[in-house]
Amino acid sequence: MIKTVGLRKSFHVGKGRKRSTVEAVRGIDLAVSEGETFGFLGPNGAGKTTTLRMLATLIVPDGGDATIAGADLRSQPKEVRSRVGYVAQGGGTWDDVTAREELVLQARMYGIGKAEAVRRAEAALEAFDLADYGDRKCKTYSGGQRRRLDIALGIIHQPIVLFLDEPTAGLDPQSRAHMWDEVRRLRDLGMTVFITTHYLEEADALCDRIAIIDHGEIVAEGTPDELKREISGDVVAVALNGSAGRAAELLRAEPYVRELEERAEGALRLHVDAGATAIPQIMRVLEGEGVPLGGIELHRPSLDDVFLTKTGRSLRDS
Amino acid sequence: MKLARDTWLIFQRHWLLTVRTPVAVAFGLAQPITYLVLFAPILKLALSAEGVSSYAQAFRVYVPGLLTVMAVIGGMSGGFGLLADIRSGIIERGRVSPMSRLALMLGRALRDVTKVLVDAALITVLALPFGLRVGLGGLLLAFVLLAILSLMSTSFGYALAIWVRNEGTLGQVILTLANPIMLLAGVLLPLTLAPLWMLRIAKWNPFYWATNGMRALYAGQLGAFSVWVSLVILVGLVMVTVPWSARMFARAAH
Repeated sequence: MIKTVGLRKSFHVGKGRKRSTVEAVRGIDLAVSEGETFGFLGPNGAGKTTTLRMLATLIVPDGGDATIAGADLRSQPKEVRSRVGYVAQGGGTWDDVTAREELVLQARMYGIGKAEAVRRAEAALEAFDLADYGDRKCKTYSGGQRRRLDIALGIIHQPIVLFLDEPTAGLDPQSRAHMWDEVRRLRDLGMTVFITTHYLEEADALCDRIAIIDHGEIVAEGTPDELKREISGDVVAVALNGSAGRAAELLRAEPYVRELEERAEGALRLHVDAGATAIPQIMRVLEGEGVPLGGIELHRPSLDDVFLTKTGRSLRDS
Repeated sequence: MKLARDTWLIFQRHWLLTVRTPVAVAFGLAQPITYLVLFAPILKLALSAEGVSSYAQAFRVYVPGLLTVMAVIGGMSGGFGLLADIRSGIIERGRVSPMSRLALMLGRALRDVTKVLVDAALITVLALPFGLRVGLGGLLLAFVLLAILSLMSTSFGYALAIWVRNEGTLGQVILTLANPIMLLAGVLLPLTLAPLWMLRIAKWNPFYWATNGMRALYAGQLGAFSVWVSLVILVGLVMVTVPWSARMFARAAH
């Protein structure tokens, strides 16, 4: 449904002597199949939005090609536009008009007749839990309501592919859960959904497949389970009563510890081959040196662990 | 056909927004009315050497100049609203749709043109009690001229805003451009009072011709040289600014 080959984009920043080029996207190859919810996971500034904006015809790629819903991005931008829906990170509604007016206009912008546009607006208000507020001005909406309206606008013309840029950024947990349900509903309707996010939980909970992007390049791709399985072994979380410095130093020297990450005060995260045999050894080392242990836990690797392994950084920090 | 439909859609939405903010509309008219009431009377005395002896004559000179200013400044200021809509993502929402690229710009610009025409009609009506008298033919042609002038300065204003990309800078740029243009068009005092060197420069200023054309039309001289010169010049300029502006629109981004 979406196929890209070597998609590239760089920007010029600064002026005069300070002018320099930033390579925002450095050759992205992707394939998203029909009906799939595909996640683009990466830190802010990784090139997610730039890629999405290229696929939505908003900016022209410097290099590479893409086919979206059967239309060529470069030679058939009009066809691409009528077949995709795009919901920008900040949305895009006027404060002084109502949701119903926005939905009707949006449908009309995609060539739908007036009567049908009115009918679809009504159905969309119903489907997105906005029926009670449909005739209120958009400026009175809460963050969650506004975001649901954004998505309703994005799919009013029944696109084949929907692009969602950070659909839940800045939402409270309850609105986020609500939004996740909406996205799942779209997938159940058979829509191909392409999401960018920097929330691990979101990628994990919503997406059939994920590409992890960092510095404009895809560093890993697969289903959430495949990606986690790729990091063979387990994660052991160690909580300490007091500073973790000494414990980190001791455990780093142990042969079975493949990677060690210092989290918040007094918390370590260790990647080991087999958690079951590592835990007693860790306890023995720390007790032997008199480092007081607060608790120890065994985890399955998370997407953050995948990110850490691929980039050497934690997504939470970047 | 699609262009007309798309333009109409965008125009309707912007007109709705204009009608919903009556306070902004009222304040937009405050300045021209102030000039009408507090400046035009002085003109009657100042132009007595030019043979102006009544308020009717003074207003016939001043109102067309005022309308030119409203079209030029009002048009160029359209960029402020555009910058806000770029920031809120509304322009991109249009750009990802299959709407005609030209319509995205034109629908919006025609709202600004309509607003100038409505304001101009109000100002003309307000000047009637002061003794202004205009023939219908001259008035209609003056409004055609005003519409073209307004479309030109609006489309230019949009392109300028997208290029400058910052409200503060845009305000400075508009003032810097508009002041010499307006003074060299003789919008306040007719340039017949100006020294010869100013007049020579002014003849290269399209707005000089527009102001003179408007004045001729308000005086009922439909066949005046300045009327036809200004129409030709403005139509020529619109053919440049509208496509340029539509191009800038098609690329406008955060």
